[in-house]
Amino acid sequence: MNLRKEIEAGVAQANFVLRSDVLCLLKKAYSAEKNSKAKKALGWILDNAAIAKEEKIAICQDTGLPVIFIDVGKDVEISSSIVKDIEDAVACGYMNNYLRPSIVDPLRRGKSSYHGAISHVHFLANIKGMKITIFPKGFGSENKSRLKMFNPTAKVEEIEDFIINSVKEAGPASCPPFVIGVGVGGTSDCALLLAKRALLGKIDKPNKDKFSNDLEMRLLKKINALGIGPMGFGGRCTALAVKVKTASTHIAGLPVGVNISCHALRSASIDIKNV
Amino acid sequence: MKKITTPLNKNIIKSLKAGDEVLLSGIIYTARDQAHKKIVELIKNNKKMPFDLNGQVIYYCGPTATPKGKVIGSCGPTTANRMDGFVEPLLKTGVIAMIGKGGRARFVKDIIRKYKAIYFIAPSGCGALLAKKVLSKKLVGFKYLGPEAIYELQVKDFPLVVAIDSKGNDIYGKKGQGARVRGQERKEKR
Repeated sequence: MNLRKEIEAGVAQANFVLRSDVLCLLKKAYSAEKNSKAKKALGWILDNAAIAKEEKIAICQDTGLPVIFIDVGKDVEISSSIVKDIEDAVACGYMNNYLRPSIVDPLRRGKSSYHGAISHVHFLANIKGMKITIFPKGFGSENKSRLKMFNPTAKVEEIEDFIINSVKEAGPASCPPFVIGVGVGGTSDCALLLAKRALLGKIDKPNKDKFSNDLEMRLLKKINALGIGPMGFGGRCTALAVKVKTASTHIAGLPVGVNISCHALRSASIDIKNV
Repeated sequence: MKKITTPLNKNIIKSLKAGDEVLLSGIIYTARDQAHKKIVELIKNNKKMPFDLNGQVIYYCGPTATPKGKVIGSCGPTTANRMDGFVEPLLKTGVIAMIGKGGRARFVKDIIRKYKAIYFIAPSGCGALLAKKVLSKKLVGFKYLGPEAIYELQVKDFPLVVAIDSKGNDIYGKKGQGARVRGQERKEKR
């Protein structure tokens, strides 16, 4: 297998073809919507996905800051240079598919480029082979990320209020209906990374952990009661799904990270069996 | 559904109300964060503009690269409130309408009312759909900014919703920025 070609194809897949789980929930939301303006907005979103796929135009002009998750299984030996190779292939994929160079020096700003993806390499004992996920993260929603370090004695309701308020603050500008990623536990950086990872699982499937699943369902109901709706037009659907991931934490703390995705939640994975 | 064509005059703008759906045809200019910063610097220093701002429509947009054989790539709106601080100098110089996504700060509504301007929202996160409404794209300024440069777009039936009309009415309610919480609007009316 030609890794470079596979990655370039993954970049195209992520940016041109909306994930099937996201599309499925958008279609459900469209059918259930009674508010005519909100229904129209959902119709635009579905038409947009069809045009993007058909014509190979990016779903959104904000083709994001590419976040790359490189999960390495127990049977794999890799050289550290593979990270740079993967990042280079992603940059090439962006350029060759006419996507937007949206990456700049944070203080000097200046001319934007395709180079500077964010990579996370994780060695995991519970998988075999290697999985590379390309996650173009748009900044209309990334700008609304939140972190709060709760007291360990905080009630679950306080955490729920914090998450709901984060969605409220995101408001119409961050392209609702959203998908809400929540990370609970670990350290501050870990909570935010978990929140981002939460967006990568199938959003139309229930969480296997019952406690987290109940929390997701309660949050989804409360968030949809906010009535922000598609493009901020009101209606039933402010979020398509809420996804929670947890990790062990310190006895003195309870970090909670919120990472919001716009309705154009895009990602593509490449599974490599033999490295 | 109202159809409007540029150049927009004060009468057309006055006739549009917050919540109206319109199809816009004609010329619009892209400009987002860095282009706004540059334009305002030029205004301050009395320098020549890359295009005549008088009576024009500004579209908060940074398109992707243009795929082979196409007029433009994905080209949806970006978050408007990042440009809030630049609105007054632009409207003072003659800009008459803005297109973006999301709500705006309260002071922007006052400025819009003062200059009898208008703020539209375009389908957000729908850059592929909007690309089909663009007939031509021409670079007019700040080339070095790449996707953030100023492009003149000729559009046909570009779908928009009036978010803030010339009287300062806002579809997102009095708070503008925040969520429209059920029941809140009714409370505000009382």
